[in-house]
Amino acid sequence: MTTSPSRRGPIGFFVGFGVVALLIAGLLSYLASSNPDGLDTVTLNGCEVTEVGGAEQLSGECIAQNARDHALADSPLADYTLGGNDGLVGLAGVIGVLVTLALAGGLFWLVRPRQRRWADKTRAGKT
Amino acid sequence: MTTDTVAMHMSDGIVSAPVSAVFGLVAAAGLGYSLTRARAGLRAGDDRTAPMAGLVAAFIFAVQMINFPVLPGVSGHLLGGALAAILVGPWLGALCVGIVLVVQALLFADGGLTALGTNITNMALIGTWTGFVVALALRRLATRGRGGLVTVAFVSALVNTVVASLGFVVQYAIGGAGGSSLGTVVVAIIGVHILIGIGEGIITALTVGAVASARPDLVYLLRQSPARTAATATTDGSAS
Repeated sequence: MTTSPSRRGPIGFFVGFGVVALLIAGLLSYLASSNPDGLDTVTLNGCEVTEVGGAEQLSGECIAQNARDHALADSPLADYTLGGNDGLVGLAGVIGVLVTLALAGGLFWLVRPRQRRWADKTRAGKT
Repeated sequence: MTTDTVAMHMSDGIVSAPVSAVFGLVAAAGLGYSLTRARAGLRAGDDRTAPMAGLVAAFIFAVQMINFPVLPGVSGHLLGGALAAILVGPWLGALCVGIVLVVQALLFADGGLTALGTNITNMALIGTWTGFVVALALRRLATRGRGGLVTVAFVSALVNTVVASLGFVVQYAIGGAGGSSLGTVVVAIIGVHILIGIGEGIITALTVGAVASARPDLVYLLRQSPARTAATATTDGSAS
């Protein structure tokens, strides 16, 4: 293992990590496979998918026939598009990364203990 | 791109309403407990764990968008449990994956609202803990060097994917809406998730390897002494 550069602050690393996430969501997402994933493949097993006027219809017998449309299917970012425009998947992805970062980072930041507890104080006294 | 077939997680209606509700409670309790344990694990004056965990969640969201081909006509994507557990530990890790699933369901209509509990149970709770337990069991190998760490990341992610997919099998067995026999579902789910797990293993190994090269001090699995890891993870400990 390389020696730890922990004397430097982590800010540079954090910025880099965030930029990588933004690049993946914003650019690499255009190269993502649009085939159904493993779970969807299994739920579609036994059905024939036919496209009828832009909507997809299932014939045969499969689990996915029981699936209901998403309650928020008409929301602006539904299916990683912007208002239904899937040419903007990258922008939708960038929004998702920023919202996730704000929610998760914000939650963890809010719940972190702010005051040194007594036990920590006594331990810190050694240094 | 026909995005309308590519809903990445379980949709509403696949599993009955009562079973979905039960797993909704399981998910809420699991994430709530994770939050209290994660909080107890954060030490005062630690200003790097919270941003790191936030970035891990954002990174998992980004990588989950990237469906990679596993068979002709079939894709897969990262679940992220082992990745999160290795980088920020099981409690924060489960919360990271859970928050990603909530954002996907509420903002991107990906994964049904009533199915949110089943999806969180499978990917955030089962997936993260499976990945963590495997990584912890192989911790000696992980601390031996870069090759060891990357191998542990790969194996724990592969197992995390397959075991998380078994969560779906259990839910389908208890409250599935039907359309396919359980035996067919078991074989198909396990088979395809071994392939997806290889992809998950590669992504997790690359990511953990990169983070460990830049900042080994930010890798939870490397930071914890075995005794402390076991104490904070498996018992109620004396953290508070």
